[in-house]
Amino acid sequence: MTAQRANKEEAAGTPAPAITKAGAELLLDALEEQGVEVIFGYPGGAVLPIYDAIFARDKIRHVLVRHEQGAVHAAEGYARSTGKPGVVLVTSGPGATNAVTGLADALLDSIPLVCITGQVARKLIGTDAFQECDTIGITRACTKHNYLVPSAEKLSTIVHEAFHVATHGRPGPVLLDIPKDVQFEEAPYVSRDQAVMRDCITTPAINDRQISQAVDLIRRARRPVFYTGGGMINAGKAACDALRALARETGVPVTSTLMGLGAFPASDPLWLGMLGMHGSFEANSAMHDCDLMIAIGARFDDRVTGRLDAFSPGSRKIHIDIDPSSINKNVQVDLSIVGDAGAVTAAILSEWRASVKENPVDSGRLALWRAQIDQWRAKKSFSFETSKEVIKPQHAIQRLFELTRGRDVYITTEVGQHQMWAAQHFHFDDPNRWLTSGGLGTMGYGLPAAVGVQVAHPNALVIDIAGDASVQMTMQEMSTAVQHDLPIKIFILNNAYLGMVRQWQELLHGGRYSHSYSESLPDFVKLAEAYGGVGMRATTPAELDEKIKAMIDCPKPVLFDCVVTQEENVFPMIPSGAAHNEMLLGGKVTGDEIGAEGRKLV
Amino acid sequence: MTGNAAKSLSVYPVTSAEEATGESILAVIVDNEPGVLARVVSLISARGYNIESLTVAETDVEKHRSRITIVTRGTPSKIEQIKAQLGRLVPVRRVIDVTKETDAIERELALVKITGRGETRVEAMRLAEIFRARAIDTTHNSFVFEVTGAREKINAFIDLMRPLGLTEISRTGVLSIRRGPESD
Ligand SMILES: Cc1ncc(C[n+]2csc(CCOP(=O)(O)OP(=O)(O)O)c2C)c(N)n1
Repeated sequence: MTAQRANKEEAAGTPAPAITKAGAELLLDALEEQGVEVIFGYPGGAVLPIYDAIFARDKIRHVLVRHEQGAVHAAEGYARSTGKPGVVLVTSGPGATNAVTGLADALLDSIPLVCITGQVARKLIGTDAFQECDTIGITRACTKHNYLVPSAEKLSTIVHEAFHVATHGRPGPVLLDIPKDVQFEEAPYVSRDQAVMRDCITTPAINDRQISQAVDLIRRARRPVFYTGGGMINAGKAACDALRALARETGVPVTSTLMGLGAFPASDPLWLGMLGMHGSFEANSAMHDCDLMIAIGARFDDRVTGRLDAFSPGSRKIHIDIDPSSINKNVQVDLSIVGDAGAVTAAILSEWRASVKENPVDSGRLALWRAQIDQWRAKKSFSFETSKEVIKPQHAIQRLFELTRGRDVYITTEVGQHQMWAAQHFHFDDPNRWLTSGGLGTMGYGLPAAVGVQVAHPNALVIDIAGDASVQMTMQEMSTAVQHDLPIKIFILNNAYLGMVRQWQELLHGGRYSHSYSESLPDFVKLAEAYGGVGMRATTPAELDEKIKAMIDCPKPVLFDCVVTQEENVFPMIPSGAAHNEMLLGGKVTGDEIGAEGRKLV
Repeated sequence: MTGNAAKSLSVYPVTSAEEATGESILAVIVDNEPGVLARVVSLISARGYNIESLTVAETDVEKHRSRITIVTRGTPSKIEQIKAQLGRLVPVRRVIDVTKETDAIERELALVKITGRGETRVEAMRLAEIFRARAIDTTHNSFVFEVTGAREKINAFIDLMRPLGLTEISRTGVLSIRRGPESD
């Protein structure tokens, strides 16, 4: 029987008890019902039946990548830029193990993914069969949940539950391991509303008493600050709008983590910039000196808190998070509210409005705090020495930002100094526009993530701000971009170093640059051409703008080799093991900035 | 930190480093599906906590629910973390902190082998009677006793048996249930 016929009968609402289909068809039916538009995948023996089913249908687009890690990062890019779950399809054994880095990345950054892996036939499991690996065991620690699909009969229900788990509560990657014989086995389809799903993820209802406690604390605060994270982005556009309204109506300034950039507009006077190890002086000083910290969808990561026993010692802390295990994990808080960042923020907003209507607040109550923040701002902690001869990496990002202003632009990054400079000098007014590997810090994330973003937003300008070392980790996805007409722009800040490693070696290891020089760099222009893309190079500040404009206008994928100063450091910097008020603000460093304790931390 | 640390206004201590560790019994109600035990155990071990005892069996055949009882050690905040993390696992239905419940009953069963003859054998028999341990296997020079009770009772029994020819112990790990008509 054909897939079409079965679909028609289901659409007509007939119970159709006799209709059975192969597992591979059931899988695609379920993905279609879940609204999946695109699968990022790579075929192999254990998923051939699924690829056969894909061949016969055209509802779902398949993007063939060049490495399974790239498939997962592309799905992350798709998910982060659309708010919908990303879908990955890979084969058993090496296909699954290649996907592991991407899964771990998605777990730490709470990105909703459904990853389908093939597995050897059920009777071969445990026999060391060809391309067999214990995918469930290997991925247990890097997925939110995983399933070994036991039969075709259970398949569609498990797919529906997998999407539910991936997207509800704190989002994350979910893996389905489907034995090859299950892909052939016949069973009836179970639609989404008929599937008996466990109520496995529940978010508690909003507790009015906690909301009014929060409003009470905000009313009484004289030095308050919002500290928002990736959870705010995950909560969606409406959640970010609620945050904006709440910040403006209360007058409370906002800082965000690396993952949270874009939730609050960088052009707003209440914006403090990013906080943390390479955050702004005003953001970190405000965190240290505040009397009320309102953390929303953020998890007090060590890159944010610095030395824990000196973290914001004088403040009361409110923590709003959907994940109860994030609360009181690193930092004890005074008021914890478990719930969706958007729903809770909206509840606080309406309670605030009711409260000030009844009993207005003194509009001058934050005047001293504002004056203090202005003083910190005046330090201009992101400033750098400019040059007429060589391109400063910070300058390159500034120009990239200025020249892409007003466009529909998405930025992904790799990991290293360029990532921090991008976070400091590229400014976002909207959520979902900034995609970076924050938790795992995965070099090689940005290029495939840009592929995924461009698939979701074909007309947008998608730029991967890259480092010369990181970009080589997943460079082969350039071929994917060319094949699928995805005109991504890869903007390499080429300092010919594993720059962030070199910076740490300079600051912590007496300037011994052990294996951090990028030897034998390829000619990126020729490399781009070899892939069938376009290569460009800028070596002087004078030609930078022209070249960037040419890149923006190019209808093809571009590798842009932006040759920058080699030994620039990212400042400000809170050394490991130091407190927020012990920032290094740049200039010459002596190499003993970091104590022995801090050196042990990473 | 340089200079004098500002005094905390927070009602909580800024550092939780010096909390005392304690023992905790957690009952975890889970869907009895393949791999669920591995999930629970690896979550605890991945965070560097030791499991002192573990029991698991299906307790609701119709709903396919199992009850896993774990004894572990940690500071109160670490135990809270373990509970919250366990609660995040998809097949975990509920996490009950038995230690915190005043009306919880705790039981464990142990099999204890004693070998020897003469005076010590008689003494072992006498002590077993006091502990209401049953001899479930007897030869001329050995006993296997079955003893149940809270862990302290079993520990005490074992300590007393040690000088009397104790050669082998097998324990089930802790089980728990709530007193009275209410159930968890
Ligand atoms: C997969 C992976 N391996 C190693 C690291 C450690 N690491 C962090 S930054 C960095 C150097 C990155 O160099 P590059 O991409 O050239 O960026 P730059 O810092 O020079 O801007 C390294 C090796 C990592 N984050 N990810």
